[in-house]
Amino acid sequence: MNAGLRKLLGTDTLLPYWLLLPTLAFIGVFFLTPLVKAIILAFRSDSGTLTLEYFRRMVADTRFLDALKYTFLLAITIVPIQVVTALAMALLVNTGFKGSRFFLYLFALPLGISDLAAGLIWLSVFTQHGFLNSVLYHLGVIQRPIYFISYQNIGLTFLAVVVAEHWRATAIVMVILVAGLQMISKDYLEAAEVLGARGWKKIWYVILPLLKPSLQSALIIRTIFALQTFAVVLALAGDIIPVLAGEAYFWHFLYHNSHIASAYAVLLMAISIAMTWGYLRFLRSRMEVIRG
Amino acid sequence: MAAEIKLEKVRKTFGKVVAVKDMDLLVEPGEFLVLLGPSGCGKTTTLRCIAGLERVDHGRVYIGGRDVTELPPSKRGIAMVFQSYAVFPHMTVAQNIGFGLRMRHAPKDEIKKAVLEVAKLLQIDELLDRYPSQLSGGQRQRVAVARAIVMRPEVLLMDEPLSNLDALLRLQMRAELKRLHREVGTTTVYVTHDQIEALSLGDRIAVMREGEIVQLDTPNEVYDKPANVFVGGFIGTPPMNFLRAEVRKADGSVYLAVGDFSVEVHGEWQEKLEGMVGKKVILGIRAENIEVRPTPEGGALPARVVVSEPLGAQQLLTVQVGGDVLKVATSPDLSIRPGQTIGLVLTKEKIRLFDEATQEALKLD
Amino acid sequence: MSFPYLLRRTLLYMAVFSFAIWVLIPIVLIGISAFTPKNEVYAWPRPIIPSHFSLETMSFFLHSYGVVRSLLNSVWVALLTLAFTLAIGAPAGYAVARFRFRGREGFRLGILITRMFPTALLAVPLAVMYLKWGLYDTLIGVALIHTAMALPFAVIITTGIFMGVPKDLEEAAMTLGCSRFGAFARVALPLALPGLAAAAMFTFVISWNEVFAASILTVNNRTLPAHILTTIQASPLYFRFAGGFFMILPALFFMFFIRRYLFHMWGGATAER
Repeated sequence: MNAGLRKLLGTDTLLPYWLLLPTLAFIGVFFLTPLVKAIILAFRSDSGTLTLEYFRRMVADTRFLDALKYTFLLAITIVPIQVVTALAMALLVNTGFKGSRFFLYLFALPLGISDLAAGLIWLSVFTQHGFLNSVLYHLGVIQRPIYFISYQNIGLTFLAVVVAEHWRATAIVMVILVAGLQMISKDYLEAAEVLGARGWKKIWYVILPLLKPSLQSALIIRTIFALQTFAVVLALAGDIIPVLAGEAYFWHFLYHNSHIASAYAVLLMAISIAMTWGYLRFLRSRMEVIRG
Repeated sequence: MAAEIKLEKVRKTFGKVVAVKDMDLLVEPGEFLVLLGPSGCGKTTTLRCIAGLERVDHGRVYIGGRDVTELPPSKRGIAMVFQSYAVFPHMTVAQNIGFGLRMRHAPKDEIKKAVLEVAKLLQIDELLDRYPSQLSGGQRQRVAVARAIVMRPEVLLMDEPLSNLDALLRLQMRAELKRLHREVGTTTVYVTHDQIEALSLGDRIAVMREGEIVQLDTPNEVYDKPANVFVGGFIGTPPMNFLRAEVRKADGSVYLAVGDFSVEVHGEWQEKLEGMVGKKVILGIRAENIEVRPTPEGGALPARVVVSEPLGAQQLLTVQVGGDVLKVATSPDLSIRPGQTIGLVLTKEKIRLFDEATQEALKLD
Repeated sequence: MSFPYLLRRTLLYMAVFSFAIWVLIPIVLIGISAFTPKNEVYAWPRPIIPSHFSLETMSFFLHSYGVVRSLLNSVWVALLTLAFTLAIGAPAGYAVARFRFRGREGFRLGILITRMFPTALLAVPLAVMYLKWGLYDTLIGVALIHTAMALPFAVIITTGIFMGVPKDLEEAAMTLGCSRFGAFARVALPLALPGLAAAAMFTFVISWNEVFAASILTVNNRTLPAHILTTIQASPLYFRFAGGFFMILPALFFMFFIRRYLFHMWGGATAER
């Protein structure tokens, strides 16, 4: 290879950029372009005029308010419960009791389970012929099956979705927290013990503050994904419970209107950004309160 | 196979930090040169510039007369021993040692022979089929050295190879390395922050500080005639002692005033210091050149004992003279207690003088 | 062994076992459902354990129109995704791990941000764009968007993996006669292989499980999740249960192998600085 070419390709200064190029190109084509296109689709009609028509129709749709309501409700209900559960599991496993590694892997199993599969799994539990009804029957609690999933019992249906999502996605948060816990140097914990903080005190005063960055990331990530809940709801509750992502899907696929679908997608994005920003501000000010 | 190394105005910057400042250095063929200095002085960076693992921002590097500045490490005729040994975990000892020869496409039986030979030289021939994870730190270090020597390089570079070993092993390996150098004779550049290693191993020592060489001399010269206060205080166990003094004249002869006391000056200095009456200087003297007397009589410098450390073969005393702290040694049999005032007699010939302002040594010539 | 200690230990184990059961039971249940004979699925009252296990449901599922094809499609898409993602992402991970270059932190931040894009935001416009490019309803098209979704993970994971391989091993190889690439291939790559294999399996699972984009971007060439989703309203219960069971199989299989790297991946992804 002649010196000139080698210099161009191999200099340490340029090499990293060459290695990054494919990734950057891919992201450019598959993230940035669709992002721009989505915004265009949402705001621009086929004839080329800028319009808010699609947003208007989106908002005017009968299912819109419900979709908004349920999406938010899901995120707000699921995420805190999940974080607490995941924290409990992470702390338990972190004590390092005999066999903790095995249980760690076990707890992480749901990571590999698709939201569609999770929905179907819990369908087998909640459906009128499902396991929950069978157990309740055999325990003598009921004579006839309860319709957990139906228009009449929308509250119960919602609960079923919450249970299913909680089961599926807690592992995601747990793994983040476990990694964060492992990064906490044992020295801090031992120093705390020596200074008299044991058990719950140690958790509250030493571990949790040190875990803050992981908790923060976990909260943000989990919330963003929770806002996008889609297949679990569809598999478990069909279209009884509208959600924003689901509406986007229906508008594109069933009603063949990519414009309104894009409007939903843009709305989702805006909400995600807003909530992330909100989290960061909220958590940052909390941190300052604790430090000061 | 020993080549000369020449660095010409080599400069290496990392962001805002200048790690190596326009350095000129000439290493003779077959010489064992030690780059010595505290952390961050640029010694490792200099070594890596010679190796080609860092590109110099300015200046040129020559090995064996060739300009290697633009060449990658593989083409410079060097071999390197890393501080962490960098022994490949996924290869056996034999494969590790033979790696470089395999890269050269040497015939298999030649490689085998060379590997065995070098392994015997470093006494690891029993371990050839083991994996690094099965070896102790000392053994892995030998593998790293073997892997470098087997290449018969023109230049051997070592980056603090002994610093991760425990004290006893370090002592042994030091002697080993010296023996190896005698037998193999490659030009070696050795980086360390341990001045004992430097004094023991080097043909010459380059004492570095903040990217520059402050003194380049044989161990004896660096020890005995440090170029400045920094070198004097860095080399030697315990390091050189320093007293603040002023040049004064009385009765026709020049002497040094340390506080209220006078210290005699060696004949040769009389002339030199004539023109410097009133100058503030720093007096440097090593512990072994200070005689400890139980009491400060007979013109001995009074010193108050602060700490006494029994070190087996001698007693190390930390004493205070005026505002300065000194370390002196005496026989362990003398009973000396903290708070006691003893007397110090300085050997005239071994007194070194430094300019207080510049910290540089005052030279006789 | 003091009493409070024993008490705490017992509570600990009770908690752990409770969680374990909570995680496992639904998986066991879908397994049971998938092997329950068709008629018993709709029976009431329903025994928890069916009278006998049968392969009818599975067989019905597999023989249903389009299922085997969608299965094969899923495998193919997942493999393509795996290949693309690693080929594109691993070099980037290596670059971030090894080099200090201007824009490094910006790049890492950018990667993190892409993780937060809603899938809908990507899939809906891409469906329109694919029509123009002739990629609509193709497996490659799905693989490409899956690659885009998996790429951020891959970059983050491979960065962690390569950071775990000490830099001086490659430097030592370079002083012994290797070119930069040679040092990478002979030293870094073999040592990174287990981690890369885990990343590959993780990518496979991501692609296998993906529902939304696959459903939007295909009509005839569906992947398994897309197929199940689009037929979900019309299909009988036992079909859905069998489908669900099939979907989780590879995940359960692979999770066993990649367990050691779980923390590099998810955890390291966010705890990175």
